[in-house]
Amino acid sequence: MRIATHKPVPPAVLGVLFALPWIVGFGIFQLYPILASAYYSFTEYNLFKPPVWVGLENYRELFNDDRFFKSMFNTLYMTVIGVPLGLFFALICALALNTPSRLQPFYRAIVYLPTIVPVVAATYLWRWMLNAQYGYINAILGGLGLGQPLWQEDATWTKPALLFIGFWTVGGTTIIFLAALKEVPQSYYEAADIDGANWWSKFWNITWPAISPVTLFQLVIGVIGSLQYFTQAYLFAQERLNTPSGGPEDSLLMYGMYIFQNAFSYLNMGYASALAWILFLVALACTLVILGFAGRWVHYEGD
Amino acid sequence: MAEVVSGAKPISRPVARAGRWRKRTKFLVRELAPLLVTLLFVFPFLVMLSTSFKPDTESFSIPPRLWSDNWIIDNYQRVFDAMPFWRYLRNTLFLSVMAVIGTLLSCPLVAYSLAKIRWRGRNVLFILILSTMMLPPQVTMIPIFIMWNKTPFMGTYWPLIVPNFLGTAFFIFLLRQFFRAIPNDLLDAARVDGASELRIYFNIVLPLSRAALATVGLFAFVWTWVDFLNPLIYLSDASKYTLSIGLYAFFSEHGIEWGPLMAACAIFSLPLVVIFIFAQRQLIEGISLTGLK
Repeated sequence: MRIATHKPVPPAVLGVLFALPWIVGFGIFQLYPILASAYYSFTEYNLFKPPVWVGLENYRELFNDDRFFKSMFNTLYMTVIGVPLGLFFALICALALNTPSRLQPFYRAIVYLPTIVPVVAATYLWRWMLNAQYGYINAILGGLGLGQPLWQEDATWTKPALLFIGFWTVGGTTIIFLAALKEVPQSYYEAADIDGANWWSKFWNITWPAISPVTLFQLVIGVIGSLQYFTQAYLFAQERLNTPSGGPEDSLLMYGMYIFQNAFSYLNMGYASALAWILFLVALACTLVILGFAGRWVHYEGD
Repeated sequence: MAEVVSGAKPISRPVARAGRWRKRTKFLVRELAPLLVTLLFVFPFLVMLSTSFKPDTESFSIPPRLWSDNWIIDNYQRVFDAMPFWRYLRNTLFLSVMAVIGTLLSCPLVAYSLAKIRWRGRNVLFILILSTMMLPPQVTMIPIFIMWNKTPFMGTYWPLIVPNFLGTAFFIFLLRQFFRAIPNDLLDAARVDGASELRIYFNIVLPLSRAALATVGLFAFVWTWVDFLNPLIYLSDASKYTLSIGLYAFFSEHGIEWGPLMAACAIFSLPLVVIFIFAQRQLIEGISLTGLK
């Protein structure tokens, strides 16, 4: 029998070698850019001339910049209102789909379908659906005797309009909720049935605690994603090619759009980097706050 | 699964009738609720298709109508006349396929290191990978752009392709979860027989994870296909446009003509819908899994 004569490679070397693609990628596309971004945020830089050190000037400028506050407000609006509403809607859909129906895989597929439609196409479709005069949404609202907002012209209604796109593309979250609902042991419900529990008490005492870890995960992902909100708002406000627009009264100017405008329309790389760093800190703070309060409402098995 | 067998005991008439009535409402809710929800999601698709096959004059009717008395296909013809659809399709397909190749070459390697090689730094590395998922891309976007701007690769596809070959945190995370389910005994037995880690990786781990690899590959494909921000930043030459950027440019010129625009949206969505029809189980199971663990 032949015995391996070569010395075995130490596991640490093997581990690093296998992970090398990511380690290289991390260095080039994450670590260096983070450091460079921090440096640029203290400079004035327009790509054509080398960066000039200006100290805290960019950060000081933020406080006098109305569009900075406006875009931050718009983004927090989408996060604080849009994310919980989206999760709520996804959960309602999941509860409705969670039936023993044989058609369930088909329903699931249909609900997921909008999420793979290119965002550009989805946004234009909703600009048509939300057309104040000829769109279906206002036709339905009118039929119900409700008001018919100018979704794309009235600064009060442009952000609620974006929520429609969010609701339509909620399929991924719905499917995750649906999978979580299936994991809840059926015996719990049977025991509750014997006790004569009603639908709400079963939901509140059995279903909600069981799916709370999944809800937390979706909430964190949703908030981080929402703070980066860009494409839908950019296209909803779009008038002409590559012209920066924030919609009526800048009501659609999201933080991500404002960074983009500063960087690629005005070539204020330094100021844009300062904006990006603030976003990073806000994202970090939001995540920590959500995780900090998680213990109060999230139940893990075995607790 | 949990069907309750009724009629095991003789019950009095009124109780039985009430029970039957409750059963009927339950049946209605069970069958109708999912149908209603599904309709909600289907309706915008119907509007897209309906508008795309109607003359513009008919689209501007109050109240709007889904049906038309004279369906036309002119809108589609106008889309194909107004822009090089097939070129955009080829460009997008190329980028998506490159993303799949890059992802499948890099991510499983890293995931294997995290899941199956017992080395000291792997937990630190794992936490590092997870925390990069929280970093807003806007932070790194600007320096990466400046970096590419200093190379001759600006304006080519390289900035859109290269990152895929260096691993994506989310996919690494997903694959690590899959790999952890493969029993260690199996790999240890191979190690005792003198198999190298590379051999174990290629001959045992990868073949056992075909489903996971397919899911990750599909995600990489779809995400690249629908991406808007990166092509918007890096592609300025119209001949290199992807479908998303092509549609964006199309809207800028034909914004008010809803018929052709909806036709363009339908054409641009179609390739993914076709892929989805074949791969929907793979995708949906992948999503279910990522949300849970």
